[in-house]
Amino acid sequence: MQTALSLRLAHRIGPLPLKLAGAAILALLLAMPALHVWTDPASSLHVSAYTLTLVGKILCYAIVALAMDLVWGYTGLLSLGHGLFFALGGYGMGMYLMRAIGHDGNYQSELPDFMVFLDWKTLPWFWQGSEHLAWALCLAVGVPGLLALVFGWLAFRSRIKGVYFSIMTQALTYAAMLLFFRNETGFGGNNGFTDFKRILGYGIAAPGTRATLFLLTVLLLVAALAAGFWLVNSKFGRILTAIRDAESRLMFCGYNPLYYKLFIWVASAMLCGLAGALYVPQVGIINPGEMSPANSIEIAIWVAVGGRGSLIGPVLGAGFINAAKSWFTVAFPEYWLFFLGGLFIATTLFLPRGLLGLLRRHKEKA
Amino acid sequence: MQLFKPLLLLLLLYSGLVAASPLTELAHADPADRAGLITQWTVQADGPRRQAVAALEEGRLFTSADGNHVLLQGTDGKLSDVDNGQPVAGDAASLDALPVNNSVRSALEAFHAAGDLADPDRSKRLSAIQALQDSANPGLLPLLLSRQQQEQDSQVRQALHMASARLQLASPDAAQRLSAIHTLADSADPATLSLLAPLTVAASEPEASVRAAASQAMADIKSSQWRYNMLGYAFSGISLGSVLLLAALGLAITYGLLGVINMAHGEMLMIGAYASYVVQNLFRSWWPGAFDAYLLAALPVAFAVTFVIGMALERLIIRHLYGRPLETLLATWGISLMLIQAVRMLFGAQNVEVANPSWLSGGWEITPALTLPYNRLAIIAFVAGVLVLTWLLLNKTRLGLFVRAVTQNRRMADSVGVPTGKVDMLAFGLGSGIAGLGGVALSQIGNVGPELGQGYIVDSFMVVVLGGVGQLAGTVTGAMGLGIVNKILEPSLGAVLGKILILGFIILFIQKRPQGLFALKGRVLD
Repeated sequence: MQTALSLRLAHRIGPLPLKLAGAAILALLLAMPALHVWTDPASSLHVSAYTLTLVGKILCYAIVALAMDLVWGYTGLLSLGHGLFFALGGYGMGMYLMRAIGHDGNYQSELPDFMVFLDWKTLPWFWQGSEHLAWALCLAVGVPGLLALVFGWLAFRSRIKGVYFSIMTQALTYAAMLLFFRNETGFGGNNGFTDFKRILGYGIAAPGTRATLFLLTVLLLVAALAAGFWLVNSKFGRILTAIRDAESRLMFCGYNPLYYKLFIWVASAMLCGLAGALYVPQVGIINPGEMSPANSIEIAIWVAVGGRGSLIGPVLGAGFINAAKSWFTVAFPEYWLFFLGGLFIATTLFLPRGLLGLLRRHKEKA
Repeated sequence: MQLFKPLLLLLLLYSGLVAASPLTELAHADPADRAGLITQWTVQADGPRRQAVAALEEGRLFTSADGNHVLLQGTDGKLSDVDNGQPVAGDAASLDALPVNNSVRSALEAFHAAGDLADPDRSKRLSAIQALQDSANPGLLPLLLSRQQQEQDSQVRQALHMASARLQLASPDAAQRLSAIHTLADSADPATLSLLAPLTVAASEPEASVRAAASQAMADIKSSQWRYNMLGYAFSGISLGSVLLLAALGLAITYGLLGVINMAHGEMLMIGAYASYVVQNLFRSWWPGAFDAYLLAALPVAFAVTFVIGMALERLIIRHLYGRPLETLLATWGISLMLIQAVRMLFGAQNVEVANPSWLSGGWEITPALTLPYNRLAIIAFVAGVLVLTWLLLNKTRLGLFVRAVTQNRRMADSVGVPTGKVDMLAFGLGSGIAGLGGVALSQIGNVGPELGQGYIVDSFMVVVLGGVGQLAGTVTGAMGLGIVNKILEPSLGAVLGKILILGFIILFIQKRPQGLFALKGRVLD
């Protein structure tokens, strides 16, 4: 099994040109932060802070798409609430960043500005310990994980699947959005968290900080891809695919799908949380808008366009759609929704396997 | 005080000679007593008194330049002395009019209101009673009591009764206060609570029995207020439930039939609302005389538009995704994005204004504590009508029979010759058309904007999840249950926490009944 795994991995990644393209992209991504920090801003090789942030943001989305693909592409559970896990991770990190502002806020108070504004005198209990980055990271991963565990256990136990499951996840993120919009919830209401100053003592907008966060995002993506490859090619991955294709038959064979589903569902939520935690310091803001049902559905289309049931596909899809989005919303803002809507329809009608499926079919014909 | 002496002299002089005319009486009254005098007259008004009051109110009474006389400006603008009627030379513009202060002003208001008490117009009488009651002047009590004897209209008589009870609360006689408290307790009007409150404390009410009665009355009013509040919640719950029902009915039909979720369903509501906006504008510019009827014309238009869009969606997109419900969900979401953006580009991103026709404005006042708006009542009636029609269509027609057959077992229905493709298309059109009708209803109670449908989509899915598919009863129960529970939780928890609690409840509920409240029994696995 051990030797076969590496062989299979090589096979999965594809033929030589694809491998070379992947290596080139990875090299480019690793070079970007270096070019941002060590080149002169006037030089043509310089990567601007805007570009670095944009690409870093898209990489975070790519991680989310990957996490989504594990539950949808491989296990057949279409979640319309993955934006919630992502946003919760972001809020976890945001809590640390708000505390790290210290006395430099508008009100020069120990408390975050929005609490002073609401006339709160002490930190709510769930903010305790958020001044430590390590604990904030635990929250960013643990809260989405715990929520996914409780929700998933209830949903999978009663064998909710298909569109029912999708609707329930959508309702979940919708309810959370409403909750976070309230000022009394204690997360800044509809303004959310912003105006961060520093992380671990380093300025949040300093080139070195940006480059480090970017590198961490690339590393997380690569690690998630590697873990994903290992997972889906293991026996566990086979069972996930079996759940997707014929859950009843799998049960008749004596497997209990509950724990398999629960594991991948929770792991996916935690990965999303981690992506959210890397997203917030790079983008500099988190607000309840991230939890809107529309955002979560968009994640599904990244995966669908890229090609679900493959690990590279969602990453490509997230990259493609978000690059298109940042171009469209500047060039033709009115037509972006038409493009996105058309993409939803065209992909489901004509490209059920996504862009990657198109490539594969091309290869098979050749 | 300088003024007072000669005035007093004059008064003495005149009272000895002739009975003072109301004009002189009013003119020479101490400014502080004027309000009391007017109140006194209010009870027994006659022609000369009315004229005197009118002269004061219109500012035609002036203090003479030497301060010793009061001058009246006639309708011709000439001045004359009120005491002897002798014309006086001078210019009114240079003189000071007798002051009308706040207490005089409110006495004047009561005076006029008293005049309206016998007005043949019923609504004028009622507003006059309201004004007298607001004056809180115990001196007016005899007037109200005497009118109560003469009044024919029972509702006006009741209002007089209540108004006199309010005035009696300030009466020095404990027995009168007691009877007033009993009358007010029967009214169950929450506005009387603040009147009764001072009577429960020893500082302002010496009589213990009155205090006890007042406390009892307050408790009674509060408990009836609670009852009316609960009725109010139930009503707004049913109202919300009927709106949810309109939104979810079509969804339940198409979900039951095709097993797919139409994410563009909310946009059908939105299109229905915009259809009524367009029809309204057409009526306004071409047929303003029949403007109130625009809503009736909007119904078939909205239904037709959404019916056609729904059929086109089914034909062009959903049919090709047969057997892939998750992809259908995504594709219909894409459609909804495009529809929203199209509407935004056609009508603008702002909300548009859809007016209530005059027959839907206002409300039915059951008690002072509970008013049911006509537009909400109309929607409940409308939903009931749509529900009956849908039930007839599904249970009494051939199409309905086919729809039920395909819902229960598509392959079996197909094999016995049911044209499933055609049934799918028509049912999808029907579901969308019902949503279009719902949009017309929504345009009457809320904002109409491109994102109208988005707000309802999650709630209407919850209705379907809760109620189950394939039976109208499930959808009705789900919608009404969600609506009422929502409105009952709202005042104590707030809208958001209430919603979250309901969601939690639904998640737990489907542990017990994954197929919803009313499940079709079947033996098919998956």
